[in-house]
Amino acid sequence: MNWVTIKRIFRTGFLSFWRNGFVSFASVLMMTFTLFIIGLAIFTGVILDTTLQQFRDKADMNVYFTTDAPEDQILALQTQVNALPEVASTQYVSATDALANFREQHQNDQLTLQALDELGENPLGAVLNIKAKDINDYGAIANFLQGQEALQTTGTPQIIDKINYFDQQHQDAVNRLSQITTSAKWIGLVIILIFVLVTIAISFNTLRLTIYSSREEIAVMRLVGAGQGYIRAPFLVEGVMYGFIAGIITMLLFYPLTWWLGRSTSSFFGGISVFSYYVDHFALLFLIIVGSGVVLGLIASYLAVRRYLRV
Amino acid sequence: MIYYDRVSKIYADNSVALEDVSFSVEPGEFISVVGHSGAGKTTLIKMLLAEEVPSSGSVFFESINVHEVPTRKMGEFRRKIGTVFQDFKLLPSKTAYENIAFAMEAAGRNEEEIRSDVPHVLELVDLGDKINNFPDELSGGEQQRVAIARAIVNQPDVIIADEPTGNLDPVNTFEIVQILKKINDLGTTIILTTHNKGVIDSLKKRVITMDRGRVIRDDREGKYIL
Repeated sequence: MNWVTIKRIFRTGFLSFWRNGFVSFASVLMMTFTLFIIGLAIFTGVILDTTLQQFRDKADMNVYFTTDAPEDQILALQTQVNALPEVASTQYVSATDALANFREQHQNDQLTLQALDELGENPLGAVLNIKAKDINDYGAIANFLQGQEALQTTGTPQIIDKINYFDQQHQDAVNRLSQITTSAKWIGLVIILIFVLVTIAISFNTLRLTIYSSREEIAVMRLVGAGQGYIRAPFLVEGVMYGFIAGIITMLLFYPLTWWLGRSTSSFFGGISVFSYYVDHFALLFLIIVGSGVVLGLIASYLAVRRYLRV
Repeated sequence: MIYYDRVSKIYADNSVALEDVSFSVEPGEFISVVGHSGAGKTTLIKMLLAEEVPSSGSVFFESINVHEVPTRKMGEFRRKIGTVFQDFKLLPSKTAYENIAFAMEAAGRNEEEIRSDVPHVLELVDLGDKINNFPDELSGGEQQRVAIARAIVNQPDVIIADEPTGNLDPVNTFEIVQILKKINDLGTTIILTTHNKGVIDSLKKRVITMDRGRVIRDDREGKYIL
């Protein structure tokens, strides 16, 4: 294919797009609708993901140490825990800090504070708060801690008093949170996928109808001796144009939409602002939306023209 | 040049469109195919363009068996034959100029040739002033003349005109026939189908008469007899 042919193909495609104004308008509109749904799917996915992640982040594990556990041993253990691949972060609360926290929480409860003063010494042990990277990793971390404890040479006093993961109640809560977020994610993804597939089918059909209206033209082109490729190519150019323009329109539509949504929903959806997501990931979104449009237009046109080329 | 060798076309419901048709066309001939509607004229034409496949027999164009031309080469083959139809078959979204230019582009001609040949050929059919009009801005006669211009622009060996005057008034009919005669005088073979008695009688050329899928007459200098 030489340069002149390519030039002719593009000129024919552009001219046809322009002259069949209403048909082009309708096709771009349908394509915009499809791409808009795909875009919504992306944003919904992001919101779903971050919201669920926030829920999951609420889970943690507390390791309570005995009151006489030496601080250097606890810190050594913290270093070990930090080194585990499953652990996201740890926070050490010393016995003194724990007492201060306790006092603060109960500052209006004179009776408890008096009882504490009566004791004379700090009844609270140090605490290590552990956050795992994944909600399902807590079991492994708890087992690791228990194992470390068991390895201690006999005679040395145990330093871990209690790991709350082994409380039945805590374990149930963590497991249920894990189940709910996992299934919510799957249900969300399936719904999104169905929507996307349906709209893609609609936009395929629209392009088919568009090209159906050109079937006689295709027959005439064949009769005057035009080759298959030469007939098909301008339709592909048109299809790509529909997709490209629809992609640009969709991206433009999302600007005010995410701005408005971002303001009114960021507190509701656990802090994620769709607007800042749109701005931060603009290049990626542009590539996905416009790219989907172009590929969709290309494939749909190719399949639609193929039908009428078999004369 | 063109040879129909015992061509039959029988459709799935046993209706017969062509039955044992054999005849040949010499280069430079002007032949008319006449017959009532449904006599098989259009089927005969479609065979030559490989739009229809015969149930038995074969059609040769020069030494090529038309129905053995691969799809890939079909465009190249069809460019040897110019076609004119009753319903014009112009591309509605292209101007007169672009319709003719399209046929030239399809034949791989360069821009320079297109720019010089298209106005010339439109002049030849007396449409030099309607060069940028779209088909729906032209009368039936004018549209048919654009179609003829498109058919001849690539200088084909044969022009097939399938009822080209079917939709036209007597004045336009006369003009179209005159144009076809002129083209024939320049050496192009013409195959014309029609059921216009006046056209046939004025031509005084070879006439093939068809009835119910069969050739019933083949006269050197024929008249419309049915």
